Amino acid sequence: MTFPDRIERTVTLTRAPREVWQALTTAEGLSAWFGERASIDLRAGGSATMTFAGGMTVEMRVERVEEPTVFAYTWRLPDLPEDDPRRTYVEFTLEPDHDGTLLRVVETGFAQLPVDTRRQTYDSHSEGWARELAELAEHVDGA
Amino acid sequence: MAPDIEAVAEQVFVALADPTRRSILAALATEGPSTATDLAARLPISRQAIAKHLALMADAGLVTPEPGERRRVRFRLRSAPVQLAQQFLAALAHDWDDRLDALQHYLTTS
Repeated sequence: MTFPDRIERTVTLTRAPREVWQALTTAEGLSAWFGERASIDLRAGGSATMTFAGGMTVEMRVERVEEPTVFAYTWRLPDLPEDDPRRTYVEFTLEPDHDGTLLRVVETGFAQLPVDTRRQTYDSHSEGWARELAELAEHVDGA
Repeated sequence: MAPDIEAVAEQVFVALADPTRRSILAALATEGPSTATDLAARLPISRQAIAKHLALMADAGLVTPEPGERRRVRFRLRSAPVQLAQQFLAALAHDWDDRLDALQHYLTTS
C-alpha cells in the first residue's frame, strides 16, 4: 500500500489566464464551479470559506497570491477535531498556452501525521470527558 | 512523513475489513468503554471470540485496555489510527477530476 500524499492534475483550459484567475480567486468564480457559496479575502494570510452542496463549510487560508500565475491556500483535512492543526496545501499554477491556459493543481499533505501529538490530544480530551462525567455523577449522587 | 503511516493505515483497514470487528468498534463508539463481557452480552459473538478480536485491535492501537470496575479490563475506542486512515480516504475523496471538469464547464459557458 502506498499512502497517497500528493494529488496532481494538469488541464488545458480554453480561456486566458486572467479569466481563469477570476474563476479561482473571486467569491463569484469559486461559487460557480467549486462550492455553492464562497467568500475570500484575497491576500496571503487572508481567510476564505467554501460552502458545499449539503451545507458543509470549509475554512481556508490564502497562502500565495501572485496574479495571474500562482494562487494557493490551505484547508483542513476533513473530519478531524476542531483543534487539529493538520491542513493540506493546494496550489494552482497558471501558464499561458496559445489562447488558453495550462492549469496545474497540486494538493499535498494527506500523509502528515503527528500520531503521538494526536494521541496526547485525544487522551487529554478523553480524560476531560471522564472527569466531567465523574463530576456530573457526584453532582447527581449528591443531589 | 513518518515511516509507520502506511503500517498504521493498513492495520486500521485490516481491522475494519472484518464484520465482527466492525460490530465491536461500532458498539464501543455508541456505548463507550466496555469489557469483553459487556460486548458479549450485546453482540451475537462469544466472549472468547470478542477477546481475540479486542487483542488484535489493541495491537493496531484502535482500542486501548484500561482498568474498569471490579478489576475487569474494559476497552476504549481510540480515534487516532482511524483519523489516519481517514486521511487516506480523504485523498481519494478530494475529487479534482470532477472539480476541474466543473471549472472547465464554467469557463466555457460563462
